[in-house]
Amino acid sequence: MQKLRVKYARRGRLRFSSTRDFGRALERALRRAEVPMAFSAGFHPHPKISYANGAPTGTASEAEYFEISVTERVDADAVRAALDAALPDGLDVLEVVEAAPGALADRLEASAWEVVFRQTALADLEAAVDAYLDAAEAPVSRMFKTGMKTFDTRSAVVTMSAAAAADPSCAILRMVVRHTTPSVRPDDILTALRAVTALAPPVPPLVTRLAQGPLHDATAGVADPLAADKAAAGS
Amino acid sequence: MPGESIFPTLEPLLEQVSKPIQYVGGELNSTVKDWTVGGDHTVRWALMYPDAYEVGVPNQGSMILYEVLNERPDALAERTYSVWPDMEALMRAHAVPQFTVDGHRALGDFDLFGLSFSTELGYTNMLTALDLGGIPLHAIDRDDTHPVVIAGGHAAFNPETIADFIDAAIVGDGEEAVLMVTDVVAAWKRDGMPGGRVELLLRLARTGSVYVPRFYDVSYLPDGRIQRIAPNPAYPGVPWRVAKHTVMDLDAWPYPKQPLVPLAESVHERMSVEIFRGCTRGCRFCQAGMITRPVRERSITGIGEMVQRGLAATGFEEVGLLSLSSADHTEIGEVTKGLADRYESSKVGLSLPSTRVDAFNIDLANELTRNGRRSGLTFAPEGGSERIRKVINKMVTEDDLINTVAAAYGAGWRQVKLYFMCGLPTETDEDVLQIAELAKKVIETGRKVSGRNDIRCTVSIGGFVPKAHTPFQWAPQLGAQETDERLAKLRDAIRSDRRLGSSIGFRYHDGKPGIVEGLLSRGDRRVGRVIEAVWRDGGRFDGWSEHFSYERWMECAARELAPFGIDVDWYTTRGREESEVLPWDHIDSGLDKEWLWQDWLDAIDEVEVDDCRWTPCFDCGVCPQLGTEIQVGPTGKTLLPITVVGGSPLRERTPSHA
Repeated sequence: MQKLRVKYARRGRLRFSSTRDFGRALERALRRAEVPMAFSAGFHPHPKISYANGAPTGTASEAEYFEISVTERVDADAVRAALDAALPDGLDVLEVVEAAPGALADRLEASAWEVVFRQTALADLEAAVDAYLDAAEAPVSRMFKTGMKTFDTRSAVVTMSAAAAADPSCAILRMVVRHTTPSVRPDDILTALRAVTALAPPVPPLVTRLAQGPLHDATAGVADPLAADKAAAGS
Repeated sequence: MPGESIFPTLEPLLEQVSKPIQYVGGELNSTVKDWTVGGDHTVRWALMYPDAYEVGVPNQGSMILYEVLNERPDALAERTYSVWPDMEALMRAHAVPQFTVDGHRALGDFDLFGLSFSTELGYTNMLTALDLGGIPLHAIDRDDTHPVVIAGGHAAFNPETIADFIDAAIVGDGEEAVLMVTDVVAAWKRDGMPGGRVELLLRLARTGSVYVPRFYDVSYLPDGRIQRIAPNPAYPGVPWRVAKHTVMDLDAWPYPKQPLVPLAESVHERMSVEIFRGCTRGCRFCQAGMITRPVRERSITGIGEMVQRGLAATGFEEVGLLSLSSADHTEIGEVTKGLADRYESSKVGLSLPSTRVDAFNIDLANELTRNGRRSGLTFAPEGGSERIRKVINKMVTEDDLINTVAAAYGAGWRQVKLYFMCGLPTETDEDVLQIAELAKKVIETGRKVSGRNDIRCTVSIGGFVPKAHTPFQWAPQLGAQETDERLAKLRDAIRSDRRLGSSIGFRYHDGKPGIVEGLLSRGDRRVGRVIEAVWRDGGRFDGWSEHFSYERWMECAARELAPFGIDVDWYTTRGREESEVLPWDHIDSGLDKEWLWQDWLDAIDEVEVDDCRWTPCFDCGVCPQLGTEIQVGPTGKTLLPITVVGGSPLRERTPSHA
């Protein structure tokens, strides 16, 4: 039994697919790609796949992860190519590595996000970012299975900045957000931004996860969660 | 610009609707072709299954036509589905037109708009799509810039209720028909589109197998019945009767080759292979069995190839072997055993949506669940009493049924589901109450053979709706209230037995939707006003109980039909005489009207008719009329072996040392 860690991107219109949608597509792609999947025991055997921290439906991502177990040793690069070809365009397999010891989920400490605000002036976004960063707390309320919950978003935000976009009618927000419980999602932060400065873009912003992984406190950046696996494979 | 993607205007709306994935397309094996892929005369089809995406996307018929058309270099086909009310409201607010999910092109940009109606309850959804697409609801108001709207599917065998809204209807198998229509449109375009829309419709009508309602006049008798339906003499060459299409060699049409694999969840999460078309069992209530004659089997070799190719193209984990009665395929034993052997190790499941009640079926079911859990089996005796089963020509005796379920419980199955209908012609309370007795016997037998008390039987029952082109097309339908009363008596009879009743589940559909379905399936052109009124009043998704409004339908029908001196009862609960001109008489399903009438008389006399696959011909008329014949095996062919690969092609290569 070999365990593989896979990094993939969810791009373009397929950002509207949910984690469940991806799960269905993946199981079929694994069959098409003839990956020798390991199955659970029981009446209804399921392929052994574990998903880690999927981005919310509607957001794009350049850094989603899952792990699969296979019954015979496979060539990681060949799996990457075959699986990428078997998945629909927009669900793109970026890396496949053999898992080294240590849980992947533990390494996913924070995410880097990019949010494109359309029909929004950069100055307005900058003002919102300044106001947000100045606030000690930025609480929002969201409905959970257990009911309405109010929680702070500010403490999860490690960095936040506004930048100009190539298209002058847009402005870009970049931020690094720590993974917490309950998780602070990009739309929570957008809600909080709206609350502090009444920033209200006429069309919903485009949200993309650029990276997730270990949080480097020194640089306030997000590192590669597969670095340890790659190092082990290379040795 | 025509053919341009509207996705940029759609995208912001997707953030605000439920299940946005259903509107984005991009499914595995979907196709987006260049708008001018075939040059200036490219023929462009928008295909719609007029229900929600999750229901429409796995539809076999639509998938086949989509693929057949896209294989043509001079044509393109894209799919569109009904949008949910939340999306409809946003599209109206932001002026986003009805769009295809493939290229996100506006419906109005296409040459042809083909709709597949499995059921009449999709009619209001057609009007939503037309309206959102900026296409006039009435065919007569359309001009050369609008798509030609064509209805197909089983409901199109009586196209009269939607005659105002469609430009044409095509009945029967679609594969060859859509190619023929594409040829006609391509030729007309190459000719410089002479005579505009009317000339194109005339060319289609003159093929003899495309029904164009506007070229036919309907006159009525003073009592409301139809006097005559005849081609308008101003349009010479339009046929009196329009013929159905029949594909004769299923092995020559191995579609879909590349089934769509949606990302969104859909109602059938599997790959389907149609193993035969048509059915000659002769169940008198069954429109599908009557209008798809004769039987045409796909060979075991052809089935094996389609399964192999389809699994490779999709990665589905289950294969359904489809037909109207799958256990009737002459090679079904070899097919199921061969496929079960071949796919046992790859965890691909097989399913056989079969409804025949006999022990052979249990053997097949056992074969398909070799290692799996034996949870539930479904049978459809349809009628509760031996007498009513003779009326409907469902030749199952009570002994057959009890022996079959005994075999099922004995083989380890824990639950048996039995399907019935309520309101069959000549039916009395007594016939329906027999269902309770039958279910109790099933439980008693099951407990005895399995030695367990936890076995279950579920009775599922709905109201019968008489359909066009069946022997019951003359029959009075049972009213909604009477249906509900009869079902209530049955429920009480099942529950009255404490010892057995707790093991019997009871599921039923109330009689109201059946009355609307009855109005739409045996209606005529005057019913079009009702459909439009219901739609204008907000009627959508009539197949969904949370959207369906019986009261709205009844109010609109009363208002719209009153000027003609007729009402809903006139269309539904009224029996017809042999001499009555039926609204679909000019649609030729191949069945002889005299034969159907004789079969109706036999039904009333409780006389059964055998399956003509194994007995001499009963002269239903189909084969001589259409120049077709029954095609059954055994062919003596086999499942062709596939190359066995040693393990995964992705396995790590051991470095070779010199």
